[in-house]
Amino acid sequence: MTEQATGAHHPQPRARHSGGSQQPATVEHVTGAQSLIRSLEEVGADTVFGIPGGAILPAYDPMMDSSKVRHVLVRHEQGAGHAATGYAQATGKVGVCMATSGPGATNLVTPIADAHMDSVPLVAITGQVASKAIGTDAFQEADICGITMPITKHNWLVTDPAEIPRTIAEAFHVASTGRPGPVLVDIAKDALQAQTTFVWPPHTDLPGYRPVTKPHAKQIREAARLIAESRRPVLYVGGGVLKAGATAELKVLAELTGAPVVTTLMALGAFPDSHPQHLGMPGMHGSVTAVAALQKSDLLITLGARFDDRVTGKLDSFAPYAKVVHADIDPAEIGKNRAADVPIVGDAREVIADLIVAVQAEYEAGHKGDYSAWWKDLNRWRETYPLGYDLPEDGSLSPQQVIQRIGKLAPEGTIFAAGVGQHQMWAAHFIGYEQPATWLNSGGAGTMGYAVPAAMGAKAGKPDRTVWAIDGDGCFQMTNQELVTCALNNIPIKVAIINNGALGMVRQWQTLFYNQRYSNTVLHSGPDDVNPEARGTRVPDFVKLAEAMGCAALRCEDPAELDKVIEEANAINDRPVVVDFIVHEDAQVWPMVAAGTSNDEVMAARGVRPDFGDSEDD
Amino acid sequence: MSKHTLSVLVENTPGILARIAALFSRRGFNIDSLAVGVTEHPDISRITIVVSVESLPLEQVTKQLNKLVNVLKIVELEPGSAIQRELVLVKVRADNETRSQIVEIVQLFRAKTVDVSPEAVTIEATGSSDKLEAMLRMLEPFGIKELVQSGTIAIGRGARSITDRSLRALDRSA
Repeated sequence: MTEQATGAHHPQPRARHSGGSQQPATVEHVTGAQSLIRSLEEVGADTVFGIPGGAILPAYDPMMDSSKVRHVLVRHEQGAGHAATGYAQATGKVGVCMATSGPGATNLVTPIADAHMDSVPLVAITGQVASKAIGTDAFQEADICGITMPITKHNWLVTDPAEIPRTIAEAFHVASTGRPGPVLVDIAKDALQAQTTFVWPPHTDLPGYRPVTKPHAKQIREAARLIAESRRPVLYVGGGVLKAGATAELKVLAELTGAPVVTTLMALGAFPDSHPQHLGMPGMHGSVTAVAALQKSDLLITLGARFDDRVTGKLDSFAPYAKVVHADIDPAEIGKNRAADVPIVGDAREVIADLIVAVQAEYEAGHKGDYSAWWKDLNRWRETYPLGYDLPEDGSLSPQQVIQRIGKLAPEGTIFAAGVGQHQMWAAHFIGYEQPATWLNSGGAGTMGYAVPAAMGAKAGKPDRTVWAIDGDGCFQMTNQELVTCALNNIPIKVAIINNGALGMVRQWQTLFYNQRYSNTVLHSGPDDVNPEARGTRVPDFVKLAEAMGCAALRCEDPAELDKVIEEANAINDRPVVVDFIVHEDAQVWPMVAAGTSNDEVMAARGVRPDFGDSEDD
Repeated sequence: MSKHTLSVLVENTPGILARIAALFSRRGFNIDSLAVGVTEHPDISRITIVVSVESLPLEQVTKQLNKLVNVLKIVELEPGSAIQRELVLVKVRADNETRSQIVEIVQLFRAKTVDVSPEAVTIEATGSSDKLEAMLRMLEPFGIKELVQSGTIAIGRGARSITDRSLRALDRSA
C-alpha cells in the first residue's frame, strides 16, 4: 500500500495486498507453529527476542530448525520488548518479540506501551491458552488482546491455524506503514498444534486501513507561501522525520530556506547537531535558544512532531505569535493540542520533498523572507546561553563531563541508548548526534530501564556499530539482567552507569520544589533510622554484579582517569562492558521549564532567568 | 456542548464494540447513547453513537475512531437531513379508571399498547427523543413502573447511501 510510509530504511518484503486471482507461490502442509515460523521467515524477520512457556511452546520447536530467524533468549519479557524496540529504532525494520500467555504476555505490556508512545514498529507474538479454555480463567490465561487494546495500533486473536500467515502479514504491514506502532498477535495453543496449510503470499484484508502518505498540493503551496512571508520561522522537527527517512530532504529544505531548526528529543540525529542552523532541542530541558525560538517565532513549520506537553509547557502560552504549519502522517495529531493554520496529512519525506519544490517556486516568483534580524536575535541568545555545566568543587566526577567524553571518544556511527532521567537529558545535550538512528530513548512513555535491553536490540540489529547504553543507577537496577543475555549471545554492548546513588531527576525536583526533603530517592543506603551504617555504601557493587553476569567491568571515580577508562571500555569488543562512573550527586539538569509553567519562564540555570530583549516588537 | 450523531460503519469482527467503547472512555468522551446492528451487508455492522461534545473534540473523536483498523467509515448525521429514531417500552400503572386516558395518550403519539393487565399497560413507542420525552411526560402522572429505552438509530434522507463506497472497498478486497 505505502512504500513511502516508513521511508528510506525499508523493512521487510511485504505480502501482496488484496491478492485477487494470483496463484499462491507455495502450498505446504504444516502445523500452525510451522506456519508461524514460515510466515516470520517470509516477512523477513531475522531476529526475535523472547522466552518460551506453555502456550507458546509449540512455536519454539520449529523455531529451533529455522536458519533464517535468530531467536535471542532474554531473561525477562520486558527485556524482549525493549530489545525489539531498540532493534527497530536502530535498523528501521520491524522489531519482533515473543512470549507465552498470562504473565509472559503481561510482562510485554510496558514495552508495548513504550513503543506505542514513540511510534515504534513492533510485532509482539504471544501464546494463548487453547481456544476451548479461553474465558475459563485457565492456568496462565490473560486477555492480552483486551489488555493491550489501548496501547497497540491493532491486535489479533488467532484461533484458526489457517489464518496465521494472513495475520502475520497484516501485522507487519500495519506495524510498519502509516504512523508506525506496535501490534500484537495472540495465538491459541491448539491453533499452533493443529495441522494446516501454509500459503504465501497470503491474501490480506484490511479495508479499514488506508494511511494517507501523499500530501495535498494546495496545502503545500500555502505552507510555502507562509514560509516565504514569515520573518521568524522555525523548523520544529519531530521523530516522524526520522521514521520517514526524511533527513536528507530536511537538510535541503533547511538550507534552502535558511530557517533555524529545532529537533525534539525523539528527533535527535534528524539534523546534524553541528549544523550552524541547529538550535538544539526544545522543551522542558531544551536549550534556551530552542525554547525561545519557538516562543518568539511567527511561523512553526512542524514536521512529524506532536506538540507534546514536554515541548510546549503551558499550552495556552506556547508560541503565542506563531502561525502553525503542521505536517504529520497521523491526521489525529493535527489540531489535537495546537490548532493548525495549515494542516498537512502525509509522510514527512513526501511533505518535505514537495515543500522544497513549492518554496523554490515562491523564491523564483521573487518572494523570499528576510530572516537576518531573526538570526541576529538567535545568535545573541545562543552566545549568551549556551548549554553548559559546572565541575564539582570537591573534585568528584561531573556526570555531564562523563557523558560528553563518552560522546567525544566514541567511534563514528556509535549508537547511544539512554534510560530515563537526568542522564537521559545530559545525553541529549552533551553528545553530538550527526546521523539518524544513533539516538534511542524512551521519549513519550519515559520508561526507566529502557537502555540496557534497547542497546542489546540495537547491537543485535547493527553488530558492526558500537552501542553505548547511557544509564542511571536507578534505571540499571530495573533491567540489568539482560547483560546476561548479551554475554551469552555475543552481543557486546557498552554500558555507562551514571552512578549518583540516587533517583537523580526525582531528587532534583525534591531539591527545587520539596525543600530538599529527599523522600525515597537515595539508592545507595537505607533510611538512617533503620541502618545508619548503610549510608554511602555501594550496594549493589556494580562492578561485581557486571562481572557475575559475564561482562567486563570497570569503575571510574577520578576525573583524571576519565578518558583512560572510556578508551579502555571502547577497546573491549569481545564481551559486554559495564563502567560504573561514580558521579557527584547534586548535579542538575538545566535549562528547565518547571512543570505546568509557560516556556516564557525558562530558566537557563538555577536562579538565572534569560533576558530575550524586545525582539518580538520588530 | 451539543449533541452529535455519528454513524460508524465497522467490520463485523469480535471485539469491535469493546475497541470503540474503550476509545471513548480513555480519551475522555461521553457516550449519550449507542446502538449496534448489522447492515444490508453481513460483514458490516453499523454503530450509531450520540455524543455531547464541542466541535473541536468532535473532530478528535472522529479522527481517533478512524484510526481503528476495523472502522470503515464515519459519517456525522445532521438532525435536519437525517431521520433519528429511538424505541421505548414503558409499563404504566393503569386501572379501570385511568386505562382509557392512557390509551388516548398512546393514540395521540401514534404509539402502541402491546400488553394489558388489570394493574398496568405496556406501551411501545418509536420516534425522535423529543417526541418520546413528551409522551413520557404525559404518562408520568399515572405512574411509570418500568422503562426501557434503545439507543438512537439514524439514517440520512434522500437516495444516497453511506454504505455504498464502503461496500465497494470490501468487495475489492474480497
